[in-house]
Amino acid sequence: MLTKRIIPCLDIKDGRTVKGINFISLRDAGDPVELAAAYAEQGADELVFLDITATTEDRKTFAKLVKEIAQHVNIPFTVGGGISSVADVGPLLEAGADKVSINSAAVRQPQLIDELAKAFGTQCIVLAVDARKVNNSWMVHTHGGSRPTELKLFSWAREGQNRGAGEILFTSMDHDGTKSGFAIDPLQKLNELLTIPVIASGGAGNAMHFAEAFILGKCDGALAASVFHFGEIKIPELKTYLRAANIPIR
Amino acid sequence: MRIAVIRYNAGNIQSVSYALERLGASFEVTSDPEKIQTADKVIFPGVGEASTTMRFLQEKGLNHLIMSLQQPVLGVCLGMQLLCRFSEENDTTCLGVFPVDVRKFGLNDNLKVPHMGWNSLDKISGWLPAAIQGKFTYFVHSFYVPVNAWTVAETQYGIPFSAAMRKDNFFAVQFHPEKSAQTGEKILQAFLNV
Repeated sequence: MLTKRIIPCLDIKDGRTVKGINFISLRDAGDPVELAAAYAEQGADELVFLDITATTEDRKTFAKLVKEIAQHVNIPFTVGGGISSVADVGPLLEAGADKVSINSAAVRQPQLIDELAKAFGTQCIVLAVDARKVNNSWMVHTHGGSRPTELKLFSWAREGQNRGAGEILFTSMDHDGTKSGFAIDPLQKLNELLTIPVIASGGAGNAMHFAEAFILGKCDGALAASVFHFGEIKIPELKTYLRAANIPIR
Repeated sequence: MRIAVIRYNAGNIQSVSYALERLGASFEVTSDPEKIQTADKVIFPGVGEASTTMRFLQEKGLNHLIMSLQQPVLGVCLGMQLLCRFSEENDTTCLGVFPVDVRKFGLNDNLKVPHMGWNSLDKISGWLPAAIQGKFTYFVHSFYVPVNAWTVAETQYGIPFSAAMRKDNFFAVQFHPEKSAQTGEKILQAFLNV
């Protein structure tokens, strides 16, 4: 049986792991390669690395880090942050990343999704969507959540799927950093609407929140950062809890 | 022992290489027919699209070479599908080592496609270590090989499909052993040991 995925996310700045709380303040949480290997050992199903500096110069450093991660880690991982062209993606996949996630650049030029899917296959293109509720509508934001757009979450996610995204990584900015649980309603709707996997992000505070995201939100994977990095949730214990709740877990 | 990992246009070849490094195996990533021909074992990895990859193999003259190999060959993911007769992915004629056809997962039975994530292995037989029965490996694919006479492990996704196969010196896995943690390492090691 296909299992639900537990996905620690590592934000990378200058080769180190950081986590933005509500996308603003940053906290240093360690060496990415060491953290990644530890997560793989503990039973993480997948990892996400976001290069939050993501200037052209930094991207070369990031590609080196991606290679180091791929050498040491025996589970799949996604990389993202500042990817804006087919040329950006090649070196990351060649360095050993399994998937890339795109966000702001896809909003700016949706054609990028088609181009990436055509060049590398839909299975390695993750469309990351940051959204928050504005006047009762889930609205897409870009640039780490700092810029509002005219796009609505659900129509944008569907367009992303139609253009060739292989997965949607949905972050609720309203929930991110709050530890009050994932945004269940929009997750449910995304999962009804889409035929590609949906990953929930933003709001994880305890094991029950993951169970809710899987059972009520019907998502395929759930992502979190600080609660894992600071040991507030331990992956083996989380998985034991989810298994006891009859959720298919590796 | 000399292992040749076939290099081709698309595909995350690096991951397979790193997994072999972690196992301490010596290998070469190559599209040189001579080197592939003379290797003790050949790994035919794959992420990518069937028709483009078949065209690449034909241009490099690798299609006939792969079919004629006598040493143990391991096809991974797309590599496994290309060892079959035909793929519904852009109606592609494949290598035909396994006389079965590759199908697309149905979109009408509420299945998300691609089938992406960790799924369990069932009905283990043949070259696979018995200890992996019920264990999980990582899958990413939209097309599948139905269960057939050469299936040595099954996985369930709406229907049972071939997670692993063997025919003579041709071994194949649909999942990515190089990304499947300790279970994947056991499976790669089993191939290195045959």
